Amino acid sequence: MSTMSTATAPLEYNYTYEEHLSLLLARCPDRSYGEDMVVSNGAGQRSRALRSSASLHAAMAVSGLIMVLFLLAHMYGNLKIFEGREAFDGYSGYLREVGEPLLPRVGALWIIRVVLLICVLVHIYAAFTLWHRSRSATAGKGGWRYETTKNRRGVQRSYASFTMRWGGVIVGLFVIYHLLHLSADYIAPGGASPSPYQRMVNGFSIWWVVLSYVIALIALGFHLRHGVWSAFASLGANSSVARRRGLNQLATVVALLILVGFLIPPLVIFAGWVR
Amino acid sequence: MNVTLRIWRQHDRHAAGRMVSYGVESISPDMSFLEMLDVLNEQLTAAGDDPVAFDNDCREGICGMCSLVINGIAHGPEELTASCQLYMRHFTDGDTIDIEPWRSPSFPILRDLIVDRSAFDRIIQAGGYISAPTGAAPDAAAMLVPKKDADRAFDAATCIGCGACVAACPNGSAMLFTGAKATHLGALPQGQLERNSRALAMVNQHDAEGFGGCTEIGECTAVCPVGIPLDMISRLNGDVLSALRDNTT
Amino acid sequence: MVELFTVGETIRDTKAPGGPIQEQWEARRFGAKLINPANRRKLSVIIVGTGLAGASAAATLGEAGYQVKSFCYQDSPRRAHSIAAQGGINAAKDYRNDGDSIRRLFYDTVKGGDYRSRESNVYRLAEVSSAIIDQCVAQGVPFARDYGGLLDTRSFGGVQVSRTFYARGQTGQQLLLGAYQALERQVAAGTVEVHTRHEMLDLIVIDGKARGIVVRDMVTGALETHVADAVVLASGGYSNVYHLSTNAVGCNTTATWRAHRKGALFANPCFTQIHPTCIPVSGEHQSKLTLMSESLRNDGRIWVPKEAGDGRDPREIPDGDRDYYLERQYPAFGNLVPRDVASRAAKNQCDAGRGVGPGGRGVYLDFADATARLGRAAIEEKYGNLFDMYHKITDEDPYQVPMRIYPAVHYTMGGLWVDYDLESSIPGLFVVGEANFSDHGANRLGASALMQGLADGYFILPNTINDYFVKNPSTEAIDASHPEAVKAVDAVRARINTFLTINGARSVDSFHKELGAIVWEYCGMERNAEGLQHALGLIGALRDEFWTNVKVTGANEELNQTLERAGRVADFFELAELMCIDAFHRLESCGSHFRTESQTDDGEALRVDDDFAYVAAWEFTGDNSPPKLRKESLEYHNVKLTQRSYK
Repeated sequence: MSTMSTATAPLEYNYTYEEHLSLLLARCPDRSYGEDMVVSNGAGQRSRALRSSASLHAAMAVSGLIMVLFLLAHMYGNLKIFEGREAFDGYSGYLREVGEPLLPRVGALWIIRVVLLICVLVHIYAAFTLWHRSRSATAGKGGWRYETTKNRRGVQRSYASFTMRWGGVIVGLFVIYHLLHLSADYIAPGGASPSPYQRMVNGFSIWWVVLSYVIALIALGFHLRHGVWSAFASLGANSSVARRRGLNQLATVVALLILVGFLIPPLVIFAGWVR
Repeated sequence: MNVTLRIWRQHDRHAAGRMVSYGVESISPDMSFLEMLDVLNEQLTAAGDDPVAFDNDCREGICGMCSLVINGIAHGPEELTASCQLYMRHFTDGDTIDIEPWRSPSFPILRDLIVDRSAFDRIIQAGGYISAPTGAAPDAAAMLVPKKDADRAFDAATCIGCGACVAACPNGSAMLFTGAKATHLGALPQGQLERNSRALAMVNQHDAEGFGGCTEIGECTAVCPVGIPLDMISRLNGDVLSALRDNTT
Repeated sequence: MVELFTVGETIRDTKAPGGPIQEQWEARRFGAKLINPANRRKLSVIIVGTGLAGASAAATLGEAGYQVKSFCYQDSPRRAHSIAAQGGINAAKDYRNDGDSIRRLFYDTVKGGDYRSRESNVYRLAEVSSAIIDQCVAQGVPFARDYGGLLDTRSFGGVQVSRTFYARGQTGQQLLLGAYQALERQVAAGTVEVHTRHEMLDLIVIDGKARGIVVRDMVTGALETHVADAVVLASGGYSNVYHLSTNAVGCNTTATWRAHRKGALFANPCFTQIHPTCIPVSGEHQSKLTLMSESLRNDGRIWVPKEAGDGRDPREIPDGDRDYYLERQYPAFGNLVPRDVASRAAKNQCDAGRGVGPGGRGVYLDFADATARLGRAAIEEKYGNLFDMYHKITDEDPYQVPMRIYPAVHYTMGGLWVDYDLESSIPGLFVVGEANFSDHGANRLGASALMQGLADGYFILPNTINDYFVKNPSTEAIDASHPEAVKAVDAVRARINTFLTINGARSVDSFHKELGAIVWEYCGMERNAEGLQHALGLIGALRDEFWTNVKVTGANEELNQTLERAGRVADFFELAELMCIDAFHRLESCGSHFRTESQTDDGEALRVDDDFAYVAAWEFTGDNSPPKLRKESLEYHNVKLTQRSYK
């Protein structure tokens, strides 16, 4: 009888019972499994619950929502491009000075950066842990674990729900690219510049830069369409059928707002309306 | 009508399984899906083959024993319908119908279309109850329960524990089952004292059984034969979070 | 002619204490010996079945501290068929101030049972009914509430008080889940061990006492021996002897029948209840019948075409060509006559060729008048879920076309004989719920089955079994190697091997269907001597064929559903014969049992109290030997016997 050493090994649905047990054991080494599986309902529930999927989803929700707030602010800032170079660069400088003299220069910005970094790390850690659990819980095959090829897309699944994980990866890679491009001025298509305004204009005058941003923003839009709804539901806000509808509408609005809000500057620059 | 069935055959939990095709003829549209399988099994028996093993009992949609994934959909194409209440009139002559068991590593296949759902019993053991020893109850009228709470509890309590939610979930999560029980007991005044500890214990057992987390996709509620709504998962999530905030649990 | 049965000694002691009826239960509880909690841990109990009676008994005995082992054939205790009960549960709470009382519930139940139940047991049932509701509410059973937050009740089954508590149309489900959760709580506490997918195949009797059971692990086929200090059967009724019934397809008599063969008396097997408002059979393939709440008869009008073979669309048949036969025959009660009367009347119409639908086995239940009077919205509000269910099953829209209904077997009042302590004639074997014969006499009132199951499990058994333990201390430790246990296992194994080696030409189901058709025809709604004797001949011949020509595929050492069914059907054959003998011997009409030879001039049931006011408890005397009738005479000190009349 083959046994499984870790939960990461690929699972077939015709796994043996022993394999099932060792899978469970790898997941939760603090519990014993087998014919004498005992249910524990005594002490230690709280600390275990902190590592539960429900808690991880709550962590993803909170970190995700903080990032959504940041995106809304970021989007607002981007739109200052219409007020011209001075206003935009001035705003950019202000972000470095805000909080002075209580905080040192760039202090507030660093606080935001650290908070965002923590959110990103929590979000990614929780995502990969849950992804892994979900694959183990479906023999590595997710929604495609049935032999039949019929109805593989489920009964009512939204396209957005399919794209959460890989869409999240795309958004993550994009964020790195974006930071190297517009924040660090490390990658400089169209030419480097100390002026954030100029960096934007230089970059978004090139078709493939615009295209890469458009693709990433669409991925982000889908991610938010399901993510915002799902975040509220994970935090317990989905309390009725009507609320489910309402939260989904909210998610659509947020996703569209961010998608459109972020798309306007690059498209406008590419069209040559802002120079 | 005549149909072709492709059915998952697996001798026992240790054996490898595969899809096998069978033809069934002269099916009446008034037959239930399980009665159509009865006809197949009579055929197989007459030919000396092993009949297809499948779980079923009440055949009226309440016991939760039947568990077929039909053409990739748990309990088949009709909404709010368990496999046993599905009728052949919803299929057409000449159809090929794929029949598989619930697939979840937490529901080991015992034979053919039969799976072991004892994980659900253990989730209930962990906390899916109100501690009320026999004989200790006060008069039933001593506690008033607002009608809307009683109705909400009832809606949650109609869960038949079939496991279709797990079978349909792309994450293999049993949060709809667990959430329904937490909502049933948590909606009632009798259930408040244990509400926090119940939420934690049930969620921990849910995870320990190997079920995945909920990403709020909603496939579970779409296939649920009694229409347990998705908000019951959110209710459980909320209970878990408030239990974690309450450091006395 | 061979003698069908012999008559044995009368049963004298039922352990019911004397004295005024309202003091008997208290007296019995006081008289029962108690066990110190520390000593309860040393005592073990086996409970077979996890329906309302079995689950509530297991939970309660577990809480009390006994070591409990619980068994069920399903994959979880929550699947037991109690879950399908729709209507509600009676309790003498008198929350409505409508004149209800323990005494009235007692009286209604005895009268409803057509004076064939034991007064003392029924009074106790009424007495504990209140506590059941309290217990269930405390467990979180979501009973219907009114807008003030109080428990709602309704009037059910033709009684004049509103004493039925309900949870929409799923009361059984909610009560069972309450008991199931209490049971699982005890599993977590370590006092109860649940063995699912295990079927009891024999009882182990040692020194005349029930000491264990033989079970088959339905996944691996392993035969296991479990021993204990007492055995409780809570394995339900035997409606499936008719093949088509409203029971779950797995319901069977094997546990009770095996106990009967080991010496437990089987009482009143011919008392089987037929429910008038079921969805008719649609064809040969039918595997089970679905019941619809009889509340439908409150507004629906039952009719058949006057002309036999009138094939017109029912909507095109004018009033003048319709026979509203219940309203015509019973002007006072109309469509609301009791279950057995309505059922028999439907059968008579169909026998006369006026039936409708497939095979002419159905009558119309028409809501056209009610819809015109109350409006469609009101009908939808009251019966929406039932109409949807009917639509789903038949593909006919009852808002447009009259429903078709036909009677179906639904509950069995008969069962293993028990005394006041719920102990069978084998010491140490207790029987609770539908599996025993105790409280419903010849006919059960609506909403009383759930009451009895929970009364037995929560409150009665846990207060009587202790007396048995104290008076029957186990002197020797017993394990699976005891010769009686080994003998029982060997017998079970031999029987299984027989099934597997016959290798005949007919499937188990084909035998079950044929047996069911015989019992339904001759021991169903109407019985007579000639038909019953004929049926006995048919059953005997079919049984002989079964044992030489049945085909059971596969092996024992695997999950083998055909083998499971073979054992159940084999036991149904034997039970069917006893039912026919019991029906044959009871030459009177009472409750559900209608003998055509015993009717009044206008065709109503005629009870014969002088000759038949007794419980017929049957003793097994061997495979080819006639059963022995043991009578327990019924004496009524608190109610006056009256003849039913619904004219």
